[in-house]
Amino acid sequence: MKVDRRSFLGLGLGAVAGVAVSPIGIKLTDDSSIWTQNWPWTPVPVDGEVTYESSVCSLCPGSCGISVRKIDDRPVKIEGIADYPVNDGGVCLHGIAGLQYLYDPARVKTPLKKNGDKFEEISWDDAIALVAGKLADLRKTGSPEKFACIADKEQGSVSGLFKRLLKTFGSPNFYTMPSLESYLKVTAAALHGEGKTIAFDLENSDFILSFGAGIIEGWGSPVNCFKANASRKERHAKLYQIEPRLSNTAANADKWIPIKPGTQADLALGLCAVILKNNLFNSTATANFKGGFNKLAAMLQKDYAPSKIADITGVKVSDIEKIATLFAKAKMPIAVFGHGRGDGAQSLKELAAVHTLNCLVGNINKKGGAFVLPKSDYLKFPKESMDSIADAGFAKTKAGRYVNQLIEKVNSSSQPAVEVLFVYNANPCYSLHDPKSVKQAVGKIPFVVSFSSFLDETAKEADIILPSHTFLERLEDVPSGSGLAKSVVGLTKPVIEPVFNTKNPGDTVILIATALEGSIAQSFEWENYDECLENVTSGIWDSLSEDGYVVISDGPGKSAAVNISFLADNPATIQAQGDYELTLIPIDNMRLINAGTAASPFAIKTVSDKVLNGSDIVIEMNPLTAKGLKDKGFATLTTPMGKTRVMVNLNEGMMPGVIGMVEGLGHTFDNKYVSNKGVNVNALIGPVIESGSGLDAAFGIKAKISKA
Amino acid sequence: MKQENNKAHKFGMVIDLDKCTGCGSCMVSCMSENNVPFKEDESNKKDSITWMRVYKLTNGKSFPDTEIVYMPRPCQHCGGEGDHGHSPCVSVCPATATDYGYDTGIVSQIYTRCFGCRYCMAACPYHARYFNWWDPKWPEGMENYLSPNVSPRMRGVVEKCSFCYHRYQAARDIAYYEGRDDIEEHEYQTACTTACPAGAIVFGDLNNPAHKVHQIVKPDPHPDPRNKHVVGKSRNPKVFRLLERLGTNPKVYYLSEREWVRKQGDNYLDGEWDEIKNHHGSSSHG
Repeated sequence: MKVDRRSFLGLGLGAVAGVAVSPIGIKLTDDSSIWTQNWPWTPVPVDGEVTYESSVCSLCPGSCGISVRKIDDRPVKIEGIADYPVNDGGVCLHGIAGLQYLYDPARVKTPLKKNGDKFEEISWDDAIALVAGKLADLRKTGSPEKFACIADKEQGSVSGLFKRLLKTFGSPNFYTMPSLESYLKVTAAALHGEGKTIAFDLENSDFILSFGAGIIEGWGSPVNCFKANASRKERHAKLYQIEPRLSNTAANADKWIPIKPGTQADLALGLCAVILKNNLFNSTATANFKGGFNKLAAMLQKDYAPSKIADITGVKVSDIEKIATLFAKAKMPIAVFGHGRGDGAQSLKELAAVHTLNCLVGNINKKGGAFVLPKSDYLKFPKESMDSIADAGFAKTKAGRYVNQLIEKVNSSSQPAVEVLFVYNANPCYSLHDPKSVKQAVGKIPFVVSFSSFLDETAKEADIILPSHTFLERLEDVPSGSGLAKSVVGLTKPVIEPVFNTKNPGDTVILIATALEGSIAQSFEWENYDECLENVTSGIWDSLSEDGYVVISDGPGKSAAVNISFLADNPATIQAQGDYELTLIPIDNMRLINAGTAASPFAIKTVSDKVLNGSDIVIEMNPLTAKGLKDKGFATLTTPMGKTRVMVNLNEGMMPGVIGMVEGLGHTFDNKYVSNKGVNVNALIGPVIESGSGLDAAFGIKAKISKA
Repeated sequence: MKQENNKAHKFGMVIDLDKCTGCGSCMVSCMSENNVPFKEDESNKKDSITWMRVYKLTNGKSFPDTEIVYMPRPCQHCGGEGDHGHSPCVSVCPATATDYGYDTGIVSQIYTRCFGCRYCMAACPYHARYFNWWDPKWPEGMENYLSPNVSPRMRGVVEKCSFCYHRYQAARDIAYYEGRDDIEEHEYQTACTTACPAGAIVFGDLNNPAHKVHQIVKPDPHPDPRNKHVVGKSRNPKVFRLLERLGTNPKVYYLSEREWVRKQGDNYLDGEWDEIKNHHGSSSHG
């Protein structure tokens, strides 16, 4: 065929027209977009039947009701339960991120035993036999009291089992980490007598005077406090926040009263002095005060007059008088204590001084006031069987009053003061002040058993780890506390089969006790923890298992005795350690957690770049204090405990002279999403023990800062 | 099924900034609901994917008069000028990967259509859109918590808040199954709304006077006499929208008692704010 110009053009045009009308162009574009976006490694979540299961979150003492959405057997989302008596629908970011703890590949997947510097996997049978063997050996030496346990809390049946194991073994050395609940008990013991706790009716109060309590920073039962705070707007209730930093609570409050760090006790007593002087107190209430009311009144007028207090605290005389009057004249006023989340260091002087305000205006056990409640007693353990070793050992005095004295004792004795240590749901090698010395003490204890689900700082120091189920895999009773006005017991239920080879810590304790035989085993005659729980909660089990929670009481008692002898003796105010010019204070941030393990990857993701920048921690300081330091510049922060490199954030919300550093960063375990970010502020602060109470009362430490 | 109620929805939210505590529950609830991934370092906020992001605002005054307010920012689901559906992002997308739902007012995002040109990100005045610079990677075993309702995204596409559209679909499925025409207010709520422990977020249909969001916002049915592109301006003097004068007509409203907070909703010339702050829609001009 001859190809002339005409046919060439015709063919060409025909081809162009053909291609244009054929679907090939669209098809190729479509294909290429499919090919370029067909990433086989992007997971395709499997679909299935949707179900919801109710449970209770036990990540913090808040104890919120949660609803877990499942696809077949797979939990995919955690949400709050509407109408649950604690949280009524809302839920905090840590609870929502609970699935990231459940499926975390950095969990302790099976029992581990330390060999040299490394952990080796070991079977549950061998692990239990090893722990029971060590304990049996210790018992034979005749000093069973050298078996100690550090747990997060006293309440609940799992802590009850640990305590029972220690008692039947012959040791009084059960300790809890400092928490708001433990401070509430200490305060109640000082003012109202042993065996009581305090709760705050925030949702009904019309005037909340908060001495640094982070009502929306995770204080108390967090979601309940968020709700109470949010409802202020409709109720026309006021919140006055007293602290050195414009925290979120201070920003949300009706008034922020900046105060020099560590002087809140003085201000509280100064307010008491004004209330007494101006006859604004409730005389019916004070008529029943024991322990020297006149002595206290005279002491307050002499040493806590407004002009003196204004000098000490930096709060103006007029403000002191105004706040005292507003507080005393409010219908349902309430004064609350606890810096930030309330689980850090506190002095009894401050706790008692703030609570005395409540006592003076007579709002104890009244709606919108402070409730003095008996310790909850819904658990009915059968009587322990004690042999002579147990009786003798249990009668001995404890190695220290609080956990920091235990650490101190271990570090200072030449002979091991503790031979075997159990650590449950606690991370003292991170959360206590001066974690280096805590680590040293734990290192000195010959045999340390951790029940942690994660290889946290304390678990890393252990000789053996008996990993626990996360809260999504286990059955457990979760009593409310931390100042919640209602007493609620919730039931945490397993929503999934255990992901790894872990156990319910209750079961682990029962297995250890059974292996110890004799009277100890006789005190633990349950098949398993589930049976034990049903047995010890028999009074409420039916409704607990059916409804998922039981409200034990939602109101205060009638009246409470008040004894003010501790304050009448005018205890000294704790001074921050060191003699540098500035004061470093810890900041509690809702998006991070300080107790136990680290915050989840999701929670860390939400943290501002003005708190964490890359792997650098960012400190807050007023531009007046900065003296040549630039925003986002680097500096060296020095305290008597050590120094560290920090990034600077110039923040007008900080009181001049004060440096703020966030709590909850600087974890050092093997999880790149949450570890090796920033520094642990506890490492820069050393404990300062308050004489009389024995509490570590160091709120902050003196510090200096210079250009890096 | 009878189709009696054919009126279009206009889903929107109002966020009470006086109640917001900056706790971050909305952010995490959103990430967990929508299979948003995470990486080792998320402190560079420019590449940190947060459909819902909480900003911190300050009044700029020095100690001790400083004030702070937190402002959660989801996608604003703009209706565009005159509220005709020409949202800034929708009008620039060459792939129709993002579109305006005239029946819901929701701006959609179809990941498999998106080829990553990022015009929409440039067009969005609210920085509500995020680009996947990397493939999402979950640590081993964590894919187990992924929800089948939202597909995980791949490298090279843009993503953003969808007002939890899958929850709307689920609610509609149930309504259809039960033979109902329409869904109730409580049946369709976004993950951030239900999670908020302070109850600061209210979500619902701005077109439905029975819904709480409508009652708080009181949207003006007429165009703003000062700017004809602005529709649905709130007649509540405490309620404002971000960059309202652009006429993007967002469906996310903010509520605050504090004037300095409301003033931060836009950039005003000297003296302009005093004039603007007292205008609350057409009705205030008689």
